Amino acid sequence: MKKTYEIEVDCANCANKMEEAAKATAGVANCVVNFMALKMTVEFAEGADETKVMKEVLKNCRKVEDDCEIFF
Amino acid sequence: MNRKQKKNLKRIIISLVLLVLCEIALDEGIIKNIAYTVIYFIIGYDILKKVTKSIKNKQIFDENFLMAVATIGAMLLNEFREGVAVMLLYQIGELFQSYAVGKSRKNIYELMDIRPDYANIEQDGKLVKVSPDEVKKGSIIVVKSGEKIPIDGVIVEGESSLNTSALTGESMLRDVTVNDMVTSGCINMSGVLKIRTDREFGESTVSKILELVENASSKKSESEKFITKFARYYTPAVCITALVLAIIPPVLLMVIGKAPLWGIWIYRALTFLVISCPCALVISIPLGFFACIGGASRDGILIKGSNYIETLSRVKNIAFDKTGTITKGEFKVSSINNNTIEEDKVIFYAAYAECFSSHPIAKSLRDAYGKEINENRVSEVKELGGKGITAKVDEDIVAVGNIRLCEEMGISVDNGIISGTSVHVIVNGKYAGLIVITDVIKEQAGDTINKLKNYGINTYMISGDVKAVADDIAEKVGIDNVYCELMPEDKVKIVESIIEKQENNETTAFVGDGINDAPVLSMADVGIAMGALGSDAAIEAADIVLMDDNPFGVVKAINKAKRCMKIVYENIYFSIGVKLLCLILSTVGLANMWAAIFADVGVMILAVLNSIRLLIHINKKG
Repeated sequence: MKKTYEIEVDCANCANKMEEAAKATAGVANCVVNFMALKMTVEFAEGADETKVMKEVLKNCRKVEDDCEIFF
Repeated sequence: MNRKQKKNLKRIIISLVLLVLCEIALDEGIIKNIAYTVIYFIIGYDILKKVTKSIKNKQIFDENFLMAVATIGAMLLNEFREGVAVMLLYQIGELFQSYAVGKSRKNIYELMDIRPDYANIEQDGKLVKVSPDEVKKGSIIVVKSGEKIPIDGVIVEGESSLNTSALTGESMLRDVTVNDMVTSGCINMSGVLKIRTDREFGESTVSKILELVENASSKKSESEKFITKFARYYTPAVCITALVLAIIPPVLLMVIGKAPLWGIWIYRALTFLVISCPCALVISIPLGFFACIGGASRDGILIKGSNYIETLSRVKNIAFDKTGTITKGEFKVSSINNNTIEEDKVIFYAAYAECFSSHPIAKSLRDAYGKEINENRVSEVKELGGKGITAKVDEDIVAVGNIRLCEEMGISVDNGIISGTSVHVIVNGKYAGLIVITDVIKEQAGDTINKLKNYGINTYMISGDVKAVADDIAEKVGIDNVYCELMPEDKVKIVESIIEKQENNETTAFVGDGINDAPVLSMADVGIAMGALGSDAAIEAADIVLMDDNPFGVVKAINKAKRCMKIVYENIYFSIGVKLLCLILSTVGLANMWAAIFADVGVMILAVLNSIRLLIHINKKG
């Protein structure tokens, strides 16, 4: 299960850090953040509840970059 | 500029003015230092706020944190002016970066913008504009002159010519009429068309292309991965070095009984922290790739990932499929040999005998005849599988087919070596003549091969056709290596063997038309499909898609890739180079914090501008 979300972040390194943070979140199999298109593609682990996982992803991303936003 | 950027710009201007006033009006001393501190808070309060948050979240190696430590440290060392100025310059750099990147992102999206805004549908006899998303499959849409076709479909009423330039990058008119398939993204140049949509908007060509290009930069190239890795180690490494630099030398000096000079060494360490942000690289490199992908899509070249730009820029071998790539895949009668009756007569019999056949060869025979065929004159048509066809034309018994047909009929023929498909015509048991049919070479094929060879690229042609035909075409366009008489699965093996022979940093591309060569397209380092307008299969299978069927697109794509990689490498070497130089100089005390902030912000600005060059070039052309 792969889904793409729009994100808001204003520096490229922060986007990389968000990618790392999202990857480390439970329920996320893989994640790619595309800073130029401002998009985050999340591959969910099998059986994961997307909304729940995304809430965690946002929480973890906020830890590394506190003014980022993910629209889900 | 967005709201946040405007706010930051105001802050920068206010602090700059205050700083100048402070320099002019105040004498050195405690009051001036207080003034510096006030300005510092005006320009840097958001950074400080972020820092407190990231400390709470245990994110120490954060560029904001490092910048804050460096500037506050400088002020504690009584270098107030430097502390303020570094913060100010850092903010200017951040603002510039966010503005430049935002602006280029917008420009690139505009380049790619082929999305139709609306579709006209008829409701109660009136035309209503609706969003293309809302149009259901099988609806009738109306496209007026000058409008973009919003959804793929079939024309049910009207005729017109379409401009495909939004998709292919080249202004070419295509005449269409009732029952023709039309592709979304084309512009209707004349007349009103009624089109029955045969898919939904999300499935239409435009949507697919947009999705593909937007997602392309998610497939990261090796250079991007390198930078991400580099950034991950670079910042901590610089910080640790800074710490070592602040402690070890003074301690050593103390041990050998000299003055420890804590202030000097701590200042040098703080200088390190200013250079610790890898921003120049991290921003300029994806920007370069993104600009390249956006620009290429404008020219009808869809690149499915940054990684393919890199691979294509190092291409050493290019294998072309013959039909549909080098040649048009259209057969034409090229000569009539050994004829015992008039040439016109040979063609006449062949065209009539084949008048019911849908085979491309039969079509070429009818085209060569060129006149209306009266099907009532033909009777008793018999297909002889794999050999040919027999039929009664008027009162004559005509047999048309290959050499095996002749053998079966007991007629010996001298086939000789001909470069093409031979069609023998036998009338009433007597040999009438040999028609040679060949494929037509694309006009730009020769130029393309020539250019590729100038780049030092080895060219190969892979074909299922017989040797004589393949050799002839290869010679005409100048391809050096020919593999022929291949089954589709052999093509994979050939490309495999080419890849095995290549050196480490060389790559192999395969160019095909996307029809039944999908395995080869995915096997090659880069699979290039051409003539993809309207062919979903090609768009799916390939890594790079040329929207029109001009082989010169391959050369264009390689040029773009090379240019992009050149700029990417310039940025990598330049940014890392300047930073390393600055680190070394500040260790020995030759570079101060001013140099450090240049190494950080200045280099970032230059690298971003360098990447934007890719875009400027594109804009000029378009």
